[in-house]
Amino acid sequence: MPRFLTDHEHGVVSAAVDRLVPPLDAHPGGAALGVADYVDNLLGAFTFDPPRIFAGGPFSGRFGGEASFARFIPLSPHEELAWRTRIEGSRGMPEREFNGPTRGWQEIYRNGIVALGADFCEVDGDEQDRRLHAQGELRGVLYVHACEGAYGPPEYGGNRDRAGWRAIGFEGDVQPRGYTDDEVSGRA
Amino acid sequence: MPEPRDCDAVVVGTGPAGATAADVLTGAGWSVIALEKGRNHLLSLEAPFAGLGHVSNDEIKSLRRYFLGPDPFLEPRTYRRDERDGDRLFAGEVNNLPSTVGGGGFHADGKLPRLRAVDFKPYSSLGPIEGADIVDWPVDYDEMEPYYAQAERLVGVAGDADANPFAEWRSGPYPMPPGADMFGAALTTEAATRLGYHPYRAPTGVNSVPYDGRPACNNCGFCAYYGCPIEAKGDPIAPLRNALRSGRCEIRADSYVERVLLDPAGKQARGVRYRDLDGDAHEVSARIVVVAGGAWETPRLLLRSGLANSSGLVGRYLMYHFQTFVIGRFPFRLHGHRGRSVTHLHDDHMIIDDDVRRFAREHGLPYFRGGLTEHGGGGGPVMEGVYTSPGVAHTREMLESTMRDRMWAFTIQGEDLPQATNRIDLDPSVRDVHGFPAGRATYDVHPHEVVASRYYAPRLVAVMREAGAESTFAATSPPLEGDRAGRRSASMSRHIMGTCRMGDDPATSVVDRWQRFHDVENMVCTDSSVFPTSTGYGPTLTIVALAIRACRDLAGLPKLTSSRPR
Repeated sequence: MPRFLTDHEHGVVSAAVDRLVPPLDAHPGGAALGVADYVDNLLGAFTFDPPRIFAGGPFSGRFGGEASFARFIPLSPHEELAWRTRIEGSRGMPEREFNGPTRGWQEIYRNGIVALGADFCEVDGDEQDRRLHAQGELRGVLYVHACEGAYGPPEYGGNRDRAGWRAIGFEGDVQPRGYTDDEVSGRA
Repeated sequence: MPEPRDCDAVVVGTGPAGATAADVLTGAGWSVIALEKGRNHLLSLEAPFAGLGHVSNDEIKSLRRYFLGPDPFLEPRTYRRDERDGDRLFAGEVNNLPSTVGGGGFHADGKLPRLRAVDFKPYSSLGPIEGADIVDWPVDYDEMEPYYAQAERLVGVAGDADANPFAEWRSGPYPMPPGADMFGAALTTEAATRLGYHPYRAPTGVNSVPYDGRPACNNCGFCAYYGCPIEAKGDPIAPLRNALRSGRCEIRADSYVERVLLDPAGKQARGVRYRDLDGDAHEVSARIVVVAGGAWETPRLLLRSGLANSSGLVGRYLMYHFQTFVIGRFPFRLHGHRGRSVTHLHDDHMIIDDDVRRFAREHGLPYFRGGLTEHGGGGGPVMEGVYTSPGVAHTREMLESTMRDRMWAFTIQGEDLPQATNRIDLDPSVRDVHGFPAGRATYDVHPHEVVASRYYAPRLVAVMREAGAESTFAATSPPLEGDRAGRRSASMSRHIMGTCRMGDDPATSVVDRWQRFHDVENMVCTDSSVFPTSTGYGPTLTIVALAIRACRDLAGLPKLTSSRPR
C-alpha cells in the first residue's frame, strides 16, 4: 500500500536504486531489499500515526524480549516541524523558514523521477547511470536513503526479511540476548 | 525577610555536569529544579523512576535522525576558522552532543580515564608554547583523587587499577573489574606491546557485573552513540535517578533556558527564564544557578544573557581533541560490532621523550603531546554504506566489509592547545527554532596538534601492520588543508572544553577554583567549559569529579580526602 509514491514512481526508484546498490553474489541489491518501500515510508511518514520517524524501543524482539521497534514514538511539536520541513519542504511557511527555504524530499523525488524520463525502467543500465548522474540532487538523496533502507532496521520499511543484514554478516539489535564474552573475545 | 524562592538551586542542563550537580546538591538536602532543553527519553519522572525504554539499537533513529537531538534544523550551529572565512563557512551540525535528559552521557561508550598530575600543571611541568595560553589548573591531582574515586563509584567504572603504567596513584581499586576484551583489541594490544607500548583495559563506565541496581552489560555492541537499552551504562542514569529518589529534585524536559536573570545590582543571579514546549515563558527563582549546558551551550547562554564576561573570555579558549585516526583493514572479520566499542587504551603518546623533543624542535616547538589512544571497532552498516561509492563498488565493499567488520581503528584523542582566538560566540544571522542566535565556533588548529599527529600517525600505522592489517590509512579530525583546519567540515570531536576557563585571576579567567563565576557570586559552572587545558584524556570523569567537588563546597559539605596506599 503506497504512502506517497505512485506505482510508476515506485518502479523508477527500484530501478534507480539497483544501479546505486546493485545485486552481487549473496547481496540481493537495493530493489529486492525494498528500498523503494523504505523511501515511500519516509516520504509518507506523516500518513502514519505516530509518524514513522523514530522506531520504538527498547528491543526489536528478534533475539528475545517484546518486539517494540514497531511501536513508533510520537514526535514533539518541534520534531514534527523539522521532519515535515525535510519531507514536505518549507513551502513558504514562515515557521519553517526561520533560516530560509528548504526543498523537501517529496519534491526532490517527484521532480527528479520526472527528469529521469518516463522510459527510465526500460533503458539499459549504462543509460540509467547517465541519467542518474545528470540528476545529482536526487541521486545523492537516494543513495543515502538506499543505505538506510538496505541496512537499517526493517521496521522502517526496507531491509526486507533482514536480507541486507544477512548478506553482510550483521545481526542488528541483539538485545536482550547480547553476545557472550566468548563471542566478543574469540576469533569467530 | 528573604523572598520565597522556587528552589535552592536551578540547574541548567542534565548531562553529566548537571546530573552530578543535582545528585550532590539534593544529597545535601537542597531542593533542585533541573531544566533540560531536549526531550526526556531516559527515565520516568515518577517513582520508582524506571527507564522509559525509548532508546534502542537502531542505527537510523540514533545516527541518521537525531533522535537524541539536537536536530540541526531546529538548533543549527555554525563554523568558520577565522574572520577571513566571513560570518561562517556553513550552518548545520557542528560538534553535536545529545540534547536530551542525560545529555552528552548518552553518546559515549563511557571510556572514563582520570587525568594525571602533569595534566593539571602543564605550564609549570612542561612550559609555554608560543601562540597558546597554556596555564596550570587551580587544582592538582592529589586534591582531585578522592573526587575521582567518588565519581567512579557514582557512575560505576569497571577497570584494572594496575594495568596502566602511566596512571597516577589511586586510593583504591575500580568499583568493578573490566568487561570482556574485544577480539580486535587483543590483536592490536599484543602488537602494541611487542613494539614497546603499554596498552591497558580501558576504565569504562559500563557495568561488568550488576552494580547500583543496574544489570551487567551483555556486550550488545551498540555502545558509542547509543543510549543503553538495559541501563548498563551508569552515565547518565545513575546520578539523575539518585537525585529523583531524594524527593527533592524536579526535572523539567523541553525547557529551553533563554537567559540567566540577575538582581538589580547585577552581582547576583536570581534565577532563569525558560520557555516550554508551547513557547510560554516561565521563571524559576533560586539561591544558586548552576550552568551545566556543556562547553558549547554554556557560553552561548551567558553571551545571550550578557553577563559574567568582564574578562571578555566567555566563549574563548574553545578546545576539542585533535583526533588522529589510523585505520587498519584485516584479512579476516573482527566482529567489532560486539562489545563495548573500545576496550583498550594506551597512554604512550602523551609521554614526552627525547625523540619527541627532537621532532618537536625540528618543527619549531619545545615539545608536544598526543593523547590517549583508543583501540576500537568500526561503525554500523548504514554509515559504512554512506561512506562507500555507489555502484558495484558499494555492494562489493559491503560484502567484504573492509570498513566495518574487517576494520580496526586507533583514535588518538590529541591534546588541543588553548588559543584565545578559538571561541564560541553568537552567529550574526543564523537562528534556532526559538529565534535566538545560533552558536558559532571559530576554530583553527595550532601547529602543536598538527606536528603531534604527524609524529604519531606513522607509529600507529606500524602497530596496525604488526597486528596483521593488510592495508592502513590515517586521517584526522578536523581534516587538514595543509597546516590549517579544513573548510568543509568542523572537528568531529564531541570533547568540547574550555569556554569559561577556571582560574584565580578574574582578569584571565571566568570562574574561580570552585567554579563560581568571578562576576556573579551565586552562579556556578559544572561542565567542561571550566577546563583550562584539554589534556589528551576524555573529559567526562573529570567533569563529574569537578562537579562533585564544586557542589560539595557550595553545599558546605566537608572536603573529601584520600591518601596514597603505602
